[in-house]
Amino acid sequence: MRLEYFLLIDRIAELNLDDRTIRTDATVPDKSTIFEGHFPGYPLMPGVLLIETMNQASGWLIIGLTKFTRMPFFAAVKEAKLRAFVTPGQKLSVSASIKHEGSGYTMTSAEIRHEGKVVCSAELTFRLVEFPSPDFRISMEKVAAEIGFPMEALAHG
Amino acid sequence: MSSTFDTVANIISETCDIEREKITPESHAIDDLGIDSLDFLDIAFAIDKAFGIKLPLEQWTQEVNDGKASTEQYFVLKNLTARIDDLIAAKSAPA
Repeated sequence: MRLEYFLLIDRIAELNLDDRTIRTDATVPDKSTIFEGHFPGYPLMPGVLLIETMNQASGWLIIGLTKFTRMPFFAAVKEAKLRAFVTPGQKLSVSASIKHEGSGYTMTSAEIRHEGKVVCSAELTFRLVEFPSPDFRISMEKVAAEIGFPMEALAHG
Repeated sequence: MSSTFDTVANIISETCDIEREKITPESHAIDDLGIDSLDFLDIAFAIDKAFGIKLPLEQWTQEVNDGKASTEQYFVLKNLTARIDDLIAAKSAPA
């Protein structure tokens, strides 16, 4: 996780466009200014950042399904449940699946696990729009390459 | 009124916490019932699931934005219901 850049997914472990699922890895950094305030002497990953982590995993899944023709923007969260504390250094497995593909919007179910145990989960809604600009899409493709987005999967999806 | 309308009205009532009696075929989802675009996504989701269709919201939005259609054509409930019936018929028609 690069908290300072709001890039919370480290690596895409598996993108299955047939099953419409994604599994990603994300390691909470050992140090961050966020932990200095949240909380002094008792560092915890903020729940809002865990929800954003699930958003980003869902977003890469949607980008895969739409083959980089649409940008998903977070619109709503439901049933967000923060089931356990997440602390610096923990290795997380973040997964998402499609709940519904509508016209111009998509809903996902997502969860984060640590050592096999679900630490949080949510139902997420995204609006899908065309990329605001070519540069925007290029920047997303660059991030995709950094986290191992399997471009070859798009040819088979 | 059709069972399609009753299903849609019940979905709107439950999704947006609007009294069922206030929802009529003449109601405009946006102007009369105060449903915003985000809430309408939940309604569209429930309609898609209930009828096994996909409301073409992107196309409708584009048509309204381009001035080729009015919101009344899609968001007055008797018109929305008719569109849903058309989509159901198209789904069951032979290819």
